[in-house]
Order: sequence, then C-alpha cells, then structure tokens
Amino acid sequence: MSAPDRKMPLDPSELPKEGVAKFDAELAHVLKRFPDDKKAAAMIPALRIGQEIFGYVSTAVQKLAADRLGTSPARAEEVATFYVMLDTEPTGRHIVEVCTNVSCCLTGGERIFEHLKKKLGVENKGTSADGRVTLREVECLGACGTAPAMLVDEEQHERLSVEKADQIVGGLK
Amino acid sequence: MSETLILTKRWGKKDSATLASYRADGGYEALSKALATSPADIVEDVKRSNLRGRGGAGFATGLKWTFLPKDVRPRYLCVNADESEPGTFKDRYIIEHDPHMLLEGIAITCFALDIHLAYIYIRGEFKRQAEILEKAIAEASAAGILGAKLGGKAGFELQVHVHRGAGAYICGEESALMESLEGKKGYPRIKPPFPAVVGLWGKPTIINNVETIANLPWIVQNGGAAFAALGAGKSGGTRLFCVSGHVKRPGIYEKPVHYNLKKLVMEDCGGTASGRPVKAVIPGGSSSPVLRGDEIDVSLEFDAIKAAGSMSGSGGVIVMDDSVCVVRALARIAKFYAEESCGQCTPCREGTPWMEGIVEKIEHGHATAADVDKLEQLANSIAGMTICALGDAAAMPVQSFVKKFKPDFLAHVEARGCPVGERGWGVVQESREAWVGGIRY
Repeated sequence: MSAPDRKMPLDPSELPKEGVAKFDAELAHVLKRFPDDKKAAAMIPALRIGQEIFGYVSTAVQKLAADRLGTSPARAEEVATFYVMLDTEPTGRHIVEVCTNVSCCLTGGERIFEHLKKKLGVENKGTSADGRVTLREVECLGACGTAPAMLVDEEQHERLSVEKADQIVGGLK
Repeated sequence: MSETLILTKRWGKKDSATLASYRADGGYEALSKALATSPADIVEDVKRSNLRGRGGAGFATGLKWTFLPKDVRPRYLCVNADESEPGTFKDRYIIEHDPHMLLEGIAITCFALDIHLAYIYIRGEFKRQAEILEKAIAEASAAGILGAKLGGKAGFELQVHVHRGAGAYICGEESALMESLEGKKGYPRIKPPFPAVVGLWGKPTIINNVETIANLPWIVQNGGAAFAALGAGKSGGTRLFCVSGHVKRPGIYEKPVHYNLKKLVMEDCGGTASGRPVKAVIPGGSSSPVLRGDEIDVSLEFDAIKAAGSMSGSGGVIVMDDSVCVVRALARIAKFYAEESCGQCTPCREGTPWMEGIVEKIEHGHATAADVDKLEQLANSIAGMTICALGDAAAMPVQSFVKKFKPDFLAHVEARGCPVGERGWGVVQESREAWVGGIRY
C-alpha cells in the first residue's frame, strides 16, 4: 500500500475549520434521533460524517466526535477500529469492495476480484499507485440472488461479470 | 387454492414504495383497525398467528412480546435490518419495494406494546435502502401517520428513526445490535437478562426482524387464525426464501412456511443451471448445517427441518451442483466467521481462524487424515462455549460439511491437493436472471 506523504492529524485543532463547522452542522441533524441524554449513541453516524468530510477517521476525527458526543476518545477509537466501513487510514479516491462469499463465488465473484487485483496492480486492501482506487475483498453484501456483487463508493453493483466490473472500475476518475 | 402472497404482493407495481401507492392498495387501514382495538387483543392475535421470527432463530414473536415487564417504561423497538447472513437478501427487497408495509408493521407493533421510540438498525452497506426508508418515514410523518399522533390517534406519539451500521455481521445478533446502537463496538451481551427485560439503554426492548414485522398489517387485517392456517405445526404464514448459487432461477420466493426444499430448488428455481445433479444445499444461511443433494426432500418449517438435522434460519438457500469443491466452499465459509468473530470470547476468536487454517490446509493438499479429525474436534469445542450464537454458527458448517462430505475431505488428503482443481466454484460461474417476487433482475 502506498502511504501518502502526510502526517495523520492527531488533534481536532489540526482539522480545517470549515470542515469542523460542517461536521457540527450535520451532527446536529443526526442527534435529533436520540434522547438528549443519549448523545453517545450517535458515534457511528458521527464518525461516518467525519470520514465523509475529512477523508478518513484519523485520531483527530475520533477525538472531535468523542468531544461533541460527551464521551471518551477511547470509545471513539473502539468504534472506529471495529467496523469495516470506517477507515482509520487514508484510502484512494474511490473504494471498490468485491464480495467473495459463497453465492458470489459460485457465480464468478472470485474471478472478478482476481481480475481487479491484476488490473489495479494491488493486493487486498491495497490502493492503486495513482491513488485512484482502494480495492477490498468483503463479506456478503446481501445480493446473493443477483450475484456477483460489489460496492463502489457504497453504491451497489450487481449481476456482474468480469467485463462489467472491469468497465465500472475503469470508468472511475 | 391460489397461493396467498403477503409480503411480495405489491412488488413490481409502479411506484410501490410511495405512500400514495401503498394507500391506494389499502395501506395503513390495518393500523386504523389496530388503533380501534385494544393493545392486548393485538398481542393475543399475534400469538394466535404462530408468527415466528424470520431473522434466523424462529422464536415465537407473540411469546417474545409477553416477556416485557409490565410496569417499566420507556420501552423500545429495534427493527433488525442488518441482513448479513451469507445467502440472505430478502429484507432489502421489502424495504426497496414496500417500505410502508414495514412502517405500518412497526406502527402496529409499537401501539400493541406501548412503545414510542423505534429504531430501524440497517446494515451500513445498504445505503440506498436506508435512504428509501428515510424517505418513507418522512412521507408518513408529513401525512400525520407517524409522529405526535400515531395514525391520527391523540395522545400516542411514535418516532421512528433509521440507524445505519458500519459493516459488522455480529451486529445482527440482537444484543450486539443494541450495543452498536448505543454507540459502541458490537460485543454481544450475556443473556439472561434478555433484551425484552434489559435492552437498549437498560430498558425493555423488543427486537424483531424486518420480515417478521412486515407481516403485522396482514395479521391485523385477516386475523391471527388465518395466518396460522397458511402454515403448519407451530409456524404460521408465508416466508421469503432466498435462493442463490447454481440454480437456473435464483431469487426471492414467497411460499408457505412449510414449503418443500426440493420443490423450491428443483421446480421453482428450475434445478441447476448446468443441468448437473445438486451436490449440496445450505438451507438457511451459511450458519445452517449443509444437506447433501439426496437429503433435500424436507419441509422448510422450523421444527421439521430441525428434525432433519438442519435449520431454515434466515431463509437463505444456497445451492451447489456436483462440479463444486465442497472443501473450498467450507474454507470460504470458515474465513467468513474468522473475519466476523468480534473477538470477545476466546473459543470463537482463536478457534475460527484456526478452523479456517485447517480447511485451507486440506484444500491445498498439505493435510493428513488426522487434521480432518482435529477440525471436527475443534468445531465441537467452540459450539456452545461462547456468549452469542456466532460460535455455534461457525461450528455448524464445519461439523456438517465434514460429516456429510468426509470422502471429499479425505480425497484431498489422498491426492495431496484439490481433485477438482481450478474450477472448484463450479463449471458454470455466471450471473443469472433473478426472480424476485414478480420482478426480474
């Protein structure tokens, strides 16, 4: 994996101010879903918002979320590192996640994953040298009847073939 | 008698996900009917219906509801839309094609149980489905169905929210789901106490699967007895069976809960696409014990298939023809559980990657017959030894694959490699048109 040449922000003060303002605005919207004394429940949405705004869930983003939800940074880190859709390290501009669970493999999912590895010149979880795509092998996406399936930037793509997957990934800027 | 369709009857209609379309088909009339009766009567009717949980465990829904302590408030409802069991893909289509049926079911459930705050916990990968739900909730709220006055009834408030997970199979386990909803990592809780007594934020909580809840409007409209009559034994109604793998017509089939597995695979789904014999069928999601091709002439009803040595679990039927390498298939299943073990209990955390390693070793021809025995022993020492059912779920496929296909495992040892070779996932590996209710994908 090609590590981008920059340091991970460790403290919320290192995050761009306009990003933090956006984070607060979006979080306020999410907090309406929970009782006033249960703000900490919003940890997953808070970290997701942070990931969308700042690119990934750095230590600074974890601390920001913990601060706003009135809980400890340890709680934020526990969540950030437990869930596979939260990235604690920088990723490529696009994330391609190919399912290789049983139903997908029975319909060609493994071939798709192997093809994309070769095409992008990466191993599992790797980012292409141009920083364009991070490729991951993932577990069942709930698309077994319309297998094989993959997610591209969280959008579902189903009934794939090697050619179709190649085309979709090739079209990413 | 023509087939009764409860869950898929509106799929494929134009704009079926909109409130206007749902109402044109009599939607939310069941809620009005429910609001005019007593909550206790609804609970009784659900008990009478023999509705059992569609998420995997098959627990009687009405009975679960009666576990709520009488005088503790608030109570919460969590609708489990985590749908992550490999082979299962039904709840997403309920959400995509008839989200208001789910919302009406939620409204009825909450009225029956005096619940005023409900969360739909949906897996993170279902971004589009989460957006569809948000939109449906906004529509129902704007129309005065949800919100301050449930169905226009003064004094009964109901708020429904969508909560998106972030990728963790374990969060489909009900106590892990609550932990996740509280903003923590998904570590299952020790039971008892059960969620109905001590649940979300320590309060009584009912957790039901999407499909389970979606049956409620029909039950209220037609009566619990009519629902029970659609099924057999202690299981009422229809189910969404999800068929995937080597069949000619994969998809979602709504059938009576006691439908025959062989009929489903060979007739409804047209048998295998290759025309080759069926080698193995996983009948209820990857956790359920595998059946050999010659064992599938069984009822899918919860108790009947249990008696046949497997389970109908979440309704995820995975079919493999005889060109498949069952050792490779098991290796992939074992990898799944190793990936998804949350790490809380030692037998599961350590045992799942160990099992994966042994199966891989067998698949690649580096194992001896003693390794096959060790694999079985290992599975036996994980099952029943963990806080949640993931340990069992990881052990059951291993135990059943080795038991049902021992010659295949030993053939790998003998040949010092995979006898099937490169094409272990089958001679025909391609996507096929899926039959999802009345829709073709």
